[in-house]
Amino acid sequence: MITDLGYGALALTFFLAIYGVVAAVWGVRKRRPDWIDSARNAMLLTFPLLTLSCLSLIYLLVNGHYEVEYVASVTSNSMPLYLRITALWGGQAGSLLFWSWLMSAFASAVTLRNWQRDREFLPWVIVVSLITLGFFLGLTLFVENPFDRLWLLPSGIAVKSFFAPEMAIPYYQSDGKGLNPLLRHPGMIIHPPMLYLGFVSFVIPFAFAIAALITNRSDDRWIQITRRWSLVAWLFLSLGLILGGRWAYDVLGWGGYWGWDPVEIAAFMPWLSGTAFLHSVMIQEKRGMLKHWNMILIILTYNLVIFGTFLTRSGVLSSVHAFAQSAIGPLFFTYIGASFVVSLSLLLQRWQDLKSDLHMTSLLSREALFLLNNLLFMGILVICFWGVIFPLISEVVTGQKVTVGPPFYERATAPLFAGLLLLMGIAPLAAWRHSTVQTLGKAVWKPTVVSVAVPLIALIGGVRNWAALFGFWLAAFVACVTLYEYGRAVLARARSRDEQLLVAFWNLAGRNRRRYGGYIIHLGVVLMAIGIIGIELFQKETQGTLAQGEELRLGPYTMRFESLAVFDTADGRNVARAVVSVYKNGRFLGELYPRRDYYYESQQPMTIPGLRSTIEDDFYVLLVDWQPISSEGATFKVYHNPLVNWLWLGGLVFIIGTMVAAWPEGEKSAATVRVGRRTPLVTRTP
Amino acid sequence: MSARLRLFSWIVVWITFFLTILGSSEIALAQTRDPNSISDDEVNAIAKYLYCPVCENVPLDVCGTQACEQWRQVVRQKLAEGWNEAQIRQYFAEQYGDRALATPPPRGINWLMYIVPPVAILLGVWMLVQAFRSWKRPPATAAPLQPESLSPEVLKRIEEELRQR
Amino acid sequence: MASAKNKSSQVLMEQTSQEQGTTSKPAVRLRWGPILAWLIVITLLVILGVGLLRSQQGSVNVGEPIPHFTLTTFEGKTIRTADLKGKVLLINFWASWCKPCEQEAADLETAWRSYQASGEVIFLGVNYVDTEPEARAYLEKFAITYPNGPDLGTRISQAFRIRGVPETYVVDQNGVLQFVQIGPFRSLAQIKSVIDPLLQP
Repeated sequence: MITDLGYGALALTFFLAIYGVVAAVWGVRKRRPDWIDSARNAMLLTFPLLTLSCLSLIYLLVNGHYEVEYVASVTSNSMPLYLRITALWGGQAGSLLFWSWLMSAFASAVTLRNWQRDREFLPWVIVVSLITLGFFLGLTLFVENPFDRLWLLPSGIAVKSFFAPEMAIPYYQSDGKGLNPLLRHPGMIIHPPMLYLGFVSFVIPFAFAIAALITNRSDDRWIQITRRWSLVAWLFLSLGLILGGRWAYDVLGWGGYWGWDPVEIAAFMPWLSGTAFLHSVMIQEKRGMLKHWNMILIILTYNLVIFGTFLTRSGVLSSVHAFAQSAIGPLFFTYIGASFVVSLSLLLQRWQDLKSDLHMTSLLSREALFLLNNLLFMGILVICFWGVIFPLISEVVTGQKVTVGPPFYERATAPLFAGLLLLMGIAPLAAWRHSTVQTLGKAVWKPTVVSVAVPLIALIGGVRNWAALFGFWLAAFVACVTLYEYGRAVLARARSRDEQLLVAFWNLAGRNRRRYGGYIIHLGVVLMAIGIIGIELFQKETQGTLAQGEELRLGPYTMRFESLAVFDTADGRNVARAVVSVYKNGRFLGELYPRRDYYYESQQPMTIPGLRSTIEDDFYVLLVDWQPISSEGATFKVYHNPLVNWLWLGGLVFIIGTMVAAWPEGEKSAATVRVGRRTPLVTRTP
Repeated sequence: MSARLRLFSWIVVWITFFLTILGSSEIALAQTRDPNSISDDEVNAIAKYLYCPVCENVPLDVCGTQACEQWRQVVRQKLAEGWNEAQIRQYFAEQYGDRALATPPPRGINWLMYIVPPVAILLGVWMLVQAFRSWKRPPATAAPLQPESLSPEVLKRIEEELRQR
Repeated sequence: MASAKNKSSQVLMEQTSQEQGTTSKPAVRLRWGPILAWLIVITLLVILGVGLLRSQQGSVNVGEPIPHFTLTTFEGKTIRTADLKGKVLLINFWASWCKPCEQEAADLETAWRSYQASGEVIFLGVNYVDTEPEARAYLEKFAITYPNGPDLGTRISQAFRIRGVPETYVVDQNGVLQFVQIGPFRSLAQIKSVIDPLLQP
């Protein structure tokens, strides 16, 4: 009953999406505003319908309706309520539905805005969002239907289908397979929705960009409208990536946070082009340049979102896995092809109209440095993209698979990341339009001198790794510049307005949120960079088999194996849990409990590290292996990860900065954006 | 010329990057040892850069499957026989294909792997330099007044004047 | 793709800017920009398409000729499948770390012994991603006498596009694949029921 309801709502939404697209195009063609309004209503209606569909699925998940195939594959009786709810996005079919729901929420929200000033965008924004939504709904409905039920054929074979096959009887199971244990971590529960939110919210700026291309409105109105959407999209994407890293650190048990896995890179690529976009739109807003480039970046970002989803879900990357035969691949491929071709032809068609008065006076001006920043981001993107795609090429050409692992990415991207850090330090000091070596030098020398102190102290402190010293200097330099800029502005404001320093700080950040939010983000990046330098260049590891009471030494730490217990738990796990005491420089710090959980339902082991975390370093213990009789010994792998906490701290600062930048500004400051100047003389109607 | 200088320094950076990727083979003296005297750390240091086809994209030192366990035993055995890291990698590549290595060995089509990104980036640098150069040049003809550059007040006035006619 | 669009667009960007600068050479120079952009997009789509096709294809299809290969056995003998025409060929992919492989090992060996005398049937064991001492121990444990050899460079398994072990391919006298068993054989009778029909004159 509920299954039918959910499925019905889903099907209805799909047809509504098709109707909306047709109605909007028809309305534009025939100049009939009533059709466009109808398309708008269709768009708005998708949200409640998909909400109903999602709620139906949640109902089925929570109540253990195992006759539904999806429910049986991701939940089981032993799972607690919150995991059953979050199982909504725990599998392919459910996560596609969830994706569609988020998409419709964002598209509806944007449809509700005031369209007075840009009515000609409306139908095309609806068309782009509804096509994207319709595609995902189509996948859900026809290929990966979360409401498919299990049926038993007379031959005794169970099949999944929504409608009853001939002669088949419903197949009721008493328990399901349960959620993949790797996904039962809080980080993993929030991580996918954040990534999806980031993905779907990048659809909105893309929709406006396409609308601007189609209506041939070449001013930067679309950028003004979507500025906040882009920031929000970026916020969620960044949050998703950071949470993913944290999840990997806590659950995957390899002492790291980022493995340059194709799946990770697939999510990282839209972030890279999105970050480049966020920087380069500022040039268009301030200088009216680079209209082409911004279009390209947002189109690229959208296509990378779809491309990333395709890579991770179609099985094209790892053909060994069971996913491969899914019909989702060809459909996705068709959609990607269509999306590439349509956006490229639109762009080329409008190329001449997007021309702008290109003029740049100084190679050291802020816009020039921003372009350099774009170049570096694109460089990293090229490396990532090539690393992901090359194994495919190799397999097609030579028939041999190759692995492109972390050493390639690390060595290739490290100089580019360093370049980005350096730019992050210089660019805020460069002025728009005119900047000379003298003016820039005058601004740069003070922070440079101060920042040299940091690597010097590190050198005295015994750090002899030149890459690390250089990295620390870069981080210190950016931090000095950013704080210096902040400090100068706060002091100036406090003096001129006679405000208290803290008040001045608050008002300043409130007045130009994007700028000062951006600076906070830069500080976050500095902290993250320190953490990354720490773990990448100074991580130490050792492995050893210890008998009870024996010790293992690593850096300043010593750990002693105290005991090991193996037991079954009520929720269907077999747990091997070791107790180790940790000493630092001979002082007892506490006990850690690394363990290995074996999930009977899914027959999967999971290694949970014992972790002692301080701002200085992390001590990370993994239980690798053990003898049945614990006194005979157990094998531990131990990592010493210096400074890694700075990474998470930086991530937090980063997110706060993005929130500051994306926070809605008051009406007053909104009015100060250059509105009139770029409004076209004649408003073109399609 | 600062642009050319930067171009040059980029080329230097990328060539160094190249050489570091390629030049990572050392020669060690062969001497046999007792397999039990070889520590897990020595094995893991090599296993970190090997990948087993059974668990794609998981380095050998952290992979928990039995196949990987056996592979680590092989690494230990080879170390005991006095092989060095390069020889062991070579052995794995021959036995299990190039996909056992963390990065594709630079030969044949794999050269593309290492050449395409630096070339693409250098191309980007070149284009940017060209673009900067042309942007710095003032427009040859005096650009006609763009309607976009008029302020709304002026536009309003023009429109009013037009209407009055 | 990213690089593609990036590059082509920069080409265009640069050209338009040059035009602005000189104004003498119009549209002619703009031509190859779009062509390059299309070329790159299409190349990318072709790569993705072919890659997808491969992953969708699954293993070698029944009714098609098998990819021929050379197997060097653990004893050092070289066997070329191309030389085995006129005989029924059973190719078994296995590994010592594979538990299900053990279920069928004894049955395969019994079947082999029953066909060995006739000389009409050849069994080949292809040892997938395994280490030599473990593989030899496995062969000894199940007293396997038909030729077995390592899949050097995983070339054979990639040519057959196997998904895992065990997988068994039965080929007729003309080198055409007649039967694929994914997972272990359930019984000796099942193995025989696959091979015997191929032996009818």
